[in-house]
Amino acid sequence: MRSKLLCLIVILVATKSVVASESTPAQLKDPYFGEALYYAHQDEYFDAIARLDTELRQYHGVDEPQLDTLHFHINEAEFSVGDLELSYRMHRRAGRAIKAVIEGNVAPAVRNEAIFRLARIYFQKEQNVNALHTIERIEGELPEEIVNDVAFLKGQIYMVNGRFSDAEKIFVSLEGEDSHEGFSSYNLGISQYAQGKEEEGALSLAKAGQIKGGGRAFQAIKDKSNLVLGSKLLDQGKLEQAGRYFDRVRLDGPFSNRALLGMGWADVKRDLYDRALVPWNILVKRNITDSSVQEVLLGVPFVYGKLGLYGRSALMYGSALNAMASELDKLDTSIKSINEGKFLKALVREEIKKDKGWVIKLRELDETPETYYLMILMASHDFQASLQNYIDLEELRKRLGAWAEYYDSYEEIISIRRAYYEPLLPIIDAKFRKLDSKIRLRLEQRDKLDSRLKSMLVAPRPEFLATAEERIARAKIAQIEKKLGKALLLSDPSTQHRINRLKGHFLWNIHTKYDERQTEAFKHLADLDKDIKRLKEINGSFVRTRQAATQSYQGYDKPIARLRIKTRNAQAKVKVLMARQGHMLEVMAVNELVKRRQKLEQAQVKARFAMADSYDRATAKEKQSSVPQPQSKLNDEENIQLDEAPKSDETPEPTASPGQDG
Amino acid sequence: MALVGYTSVSTAEEVSKEQIKGLDEQVQDIKKDVLGISTELNLLEEKLLYPSNTQVSLFVSVAAGDDFRLDSVEIELDGKAVAHHIYSFKELEALHAGGMQRIYTGNVRSGAHQLTVGFAGKTAQGSEYSKTETYTFNKDVAPGLVEIGLAGPGFRTQSIEFKDW
Repeated sequence: MRSKLLCLIVILVATKSVVASESTPAQLKDPYFGEALYYAHQDEYFDAIARLDTELRQYHGVDEPQLDTLHFHINEAEFSVGDLELSYRMHRRAGRAIKAVIEGNVAPAVRNEAIFRLARIYFQKEQNVNALHTIERIEGELPEEIVNDVAFLKGQIYMVNGRFSDAEKIFVSLEGEDSHEGFSSYNLGISQYAQGKEEEGALSLAKAGQIKGGGRAFQAIKDKSNLVLGSKLLDQGKLEQAGRYFDRVRLDGPFSNRALLGMGWADVKRDLYDRALVPWNILVKRNITDSSVQEVLLGVPFVYGKLGLYGRSALMYGSALNAMASELDKLDTSIKSINEGKFLKALVREEIKKDKGWVIKLRELDETPETYYLMILMASHDFQASLQNYIDLEELRKRLGAWAEYYDSYEEIISIRRAYYEPLLPIIDAKFRKLDSKIRLRLEQRDKLDSRLKSMLVAPRPEFLATAEERIARAKIAQIEKKLGKALLLSDPSTQHRINRLKGHFLWNIHTKYDERQTEAFKHLADLDKDIKRLKEINGSFVRTRQAATQSYQGYDKPIARLRIKTRNAQAKVKVLMARQGHMLEVMAVNELVKRRQKLEQAQVKARFAMADSYDRATAKEKQSSVPQPQSKLNDEENIQLDEAPKSDETPEPTASPGQDG
Repeated sequence: MALVGYTSVSTAEEVSKEQIKGLDEQVQDIKKDVLGISTELNLLEEKLLYPSNTQVSLFVSVAAGDDFRLDSVEIELDGKAVAHHIYSFKELEALHAGGMQRIYTGNVRSGAHQLTVGFAGKTAQGSEYSKTETYTFNKDVAPGLVEIGLAGPGFRTQSIEFKDW
């Protein structure tokens, strides 16, 4: 249990940093991708995945995806979805998405990165052999930023597969790398211990326990290294050294209780009872729900007994019995409250979840006995995963409930739009058709002019550019000629001459001004084109608005009906799953608390015997002091068997580094 | 005594690893289903409520590396208040980490529109700082996306930068 708790705390810290570090591109080129990151950085994975899924669906649906701004981030986006799904505990889907990348036509570096991610999923899901086979598929080029991460993961995978010698080589090579500092040394130490290299292991753990650097993850690995090393030295009987390492664990960190307990034991085993009282008296005042605290409840009077202070020892056993009785009451209340269904209600309290330390807060609320032991339950990975699932299901339930109401609102919007547009559109359409035919006519005229002007560039036709006045005048002359007739004109040369002169005048003008007029004509055509462009814009805008009007209420019935059915089905599934998951949580919680209860009851029996023994010895001592007698062996250790001193981890577990997902 | 009896009934049940795994997989499946619904709903909403020819979205980002603590942002579009946001620590962290907040999505006609953005916050030294800027953007047929980049005093020449996407 302890080693799981240790691992869990470090992994929890590590999980947060992975998204932050891996998902932020150097420069954002798609605001919606940035929006997905905004949610991801707040651990709101559902919103982040939903946003990214929407963007990816749109990206893959457009004709020219290379024009979409997401194109710049497409690889990151595909990977990010996998990462986010992993953070949202959707390992199966994340694995499938990453497999698709591996099997796709991608560059070796991208493929290798995908393999790394897949191996990490297997590792996290404790599929150790799969993780090993997967990570060994990495060949060739790797993105520079993940080279150390790959090596670190490989080392961890070797460890869980029992290949400690291979793991050791990797962790040796990683020593000094900033991103894994401390974590590599810790895992190196564990690997060395597993191979029986106790001296090297101790050196590595000592090194990990002295790393410099801030941050909760680094502090935690430092404390963990010192605690594990202290425990191992305690097992080996190197008590003084053990005490030194326990002493290095921070007094306010998550490992402090175990360290204080170990420190006391290192002293007790050296018969330094008065020294053992220093850490144990600190520990005994801490939260009694912690098993280390419960252990020293008996440990402290035991030590007083060893010091010959039997009266005090007896009194302290009495206090311990009282504390245990009160604790048993709390356990009973907790179990009762859980069985009444209050536990599940407390877990989804909205105001509590907004706080980062909600687990602690929940425990501290007087009115919630059902959550009093939550911290202890949270130490179990299975419980934590189940609890997170329950919380996720509750969120899904709320979302689905809200969506179910959206559909009604959408249908109302659609019906209002239909009622407004449907009577208007036929009238507008009729007017538009008239207008549209006029527009088409004008456009045809413009095209004719354009083609005529262009042909005149090849074959000049000055008469085409005659002004209206010139045309009228020429028509009049032709009319006069016709009226007079050829015969009359032949007989009247002066009239003929005047007519010819007028005709010549016009001809002269038309020909000499042709170039100028042609330039003017092109200018006018360009002006016309501007108007035509504007006309087309207005026309296009109208057509779009017209289409938008139709689209604002048509074509939604089927999608909404489909979504409503899907939502309803999902709501039903969520309800069933919540009931199952909730029941599982209650059973897990009650089982754990009952175990604790049994343990406390056993301790209570021991305490009663020890208290009686202490009273006997105190009375005997009092008598002895009045009648001097030879010193007898005091306070038989056999009578008081405390639970046990901290043991070093029997099964080595690799520890995730801050850059490594848990 | 009743309590003890109650307890013993509860403990008779055990939870196996297989049960935990099986349920976990079912939870993963329902998450996938609900995410699918969410994606469809997003697309439907965009089409129904914010068609591309009228859609305008405003995004807030903060300058990378700036230690200015943003407290609030107020936005007016064509003289009408459309968004007001007070930032939580988590939101601010997310912005500093490179995220972009979509603060407003709405509909406008095509053509020129005026955006007035005001923000307030605290500098690293603890002094109050606020700034207001106006920007005109042009809305055409495509969805209008405007990024509002914010920075503290002296971090760059402009405390509020606008970018048309």
